[in-house]
Amino acid sequence: MTGTTSERGLLLPRYLREPAEKRTPVGFPGYRSTALRAPLRTPVDLPHRLTEITGPVLGEDRVLPQDADLTLRNGGEAIGQRILVYGRVLDSDGRPVPDALVEVWQANAAGRYRHVADTWPAPLDPHFDGLGRVVTDSLGRYEFMTVKPGAYPWGNHHNAWRPAHIHFSLFGRAFTQRLVTQMYFPDDPLFGQDPIFTSIPAAARYRAVSRYSLDRTQDNWALAFEWDVVLRGTDQTPFETEDDGDVA
Amino acid sequence: MTANPLDVPPDPAVPLQPRSGQRGTGFLTEPLRLGTTPSATVGPYLAIGLTWPDGAWAAAEGTEGGIWIRGRVVDGAGDLVPDAMIETWQADPDGRFPSPEDPRGAASYPGFRGYARVQTSDPPGEFGVFTLKPGRVPDGEGGLQAPHVDVSVFARGMLDRVVTRVYFADEAAANAEDVVLRGLTEEQRRTLVAERTADGYRFDVHLQGERETVFFAV
Repeated sequence: MTGTTSERGLLLPRYLREPAEKRTPVGFPGYRSTALRAPLRTPVDLPHRLTEITGPVLGEDRVLPQDADLTLRNGGEAIGQRILVYGRVLDSDGRPVPDALVEVWQANAAGRYRHVADTWPAPLDPHFDGLGRVVTDSLGRYEFMTVKPGAYPWGNHHNAWRPAHIHFSLFGRAFTQRLVTQMYFPDDPLFGQDPIFTSIPAAARYRAVSRYSLDRTQDNWALAFEWDVVLRGTDQTPFETEDDGDVA
Repeated sequence: MTANPLDVPPDPAVPLQPRSGQRGTGFLTEPLRLGTTPSATVGPYLAIGLTWPDGAWAAAEGTEGGIWIRGRVVDGAGDLVPDAMIETWQADPDGRFPSPEDPRGAASYPGFRGYARVQTSDPPGEFGVFTLKPGRVPDGEGGLQAPHVDVSVFARGMLDRVVTRVYFADEAAANAEDVVLRGLTEEQRRTLVAERTADGYRFDVHLQGERETVFFAV
């Protein structure tokens, strides 16, 4: 088979799926909340047709310039270690994904979310709401300024602490590329006891961890962490047709 | 628990490196690929990052012929899930998409975005999406699919999204010839068919249990 499906003469891309041994499973025994929520039956295969290979166009009109700097809210500066988080959104063919909406949310420097359900005794920061939005540029690049989130306890097991992380939500071009994930920081000592991190198959864990970047660290201002996000790409296997014999 | 969970061999040569395909020959045996970023749960605090004032409106408020698709998300104990997020994506009434990825060209149907994002928090466990009923879309096998809406469900307690489809109970003839529904048992089909209500349709998502919704691997 070639990498495309004929749609009455229309050639549709086929978005490749990572093999299961490198994909996060929907349920994981160590993460207790999955027990009653993760579906138990084997999903039914759905070949990609027009609904799956298209997707909404969501861009600049959803983003304000100040959305890229989480450290300035309500007329003041957030408390914490200032960090620049930057990288590229790519597909698995290595192509940049331009004009893509990236939404992030996170806890404050003390590990507290501004949310009614987060009631553990760490302080809220009046100048931090933990929400950022950016759109990738023509080369798929994104960046935002924030403070490093703190770790926090979450009750999954005795003395359970989430490693510091930033939630990312990304759209590519197609329904199949939709991704919600979490970015971690290098060498976090909490990785080993966190089932949300260890639910990622071992061979793919490094992909969730950002890299410290001295290059982009700003003198007298902010540390920098680089993290590329890779969405599913398409099978680029070329067609073999009668008249490209000399190319093969 | 003392082992470093990162202390595992990484993928072979991740960034593009010529010669990484097959040692010794210098030729690649298959296209180079980057490993995709693993998914993670949206967690309990998704409302901070993923709330949009206009999220429910796949079609603009007041659009003529608009319908509400309302439903609940239910867990394996039969309890409502009050912190899930539903996203929908669908064709317009002409069976076209407002997306440049549609090889027939991006369509622009008045007032139609085709995409909605809502949470099940208000009232707890329920969601509502305002949209237009989609038209029929070619199925790639010479036929037409029945009107359908692609749905993603995200929640704390799920490490990846799950994907399903809404079909419509009053499209019996189209449903009978739909390429996806034809591959399912009658019992499975029932989990995907939304029933008519006073202002649109009702579509409940059962994450687990005897009535577990059919979810799709896409």
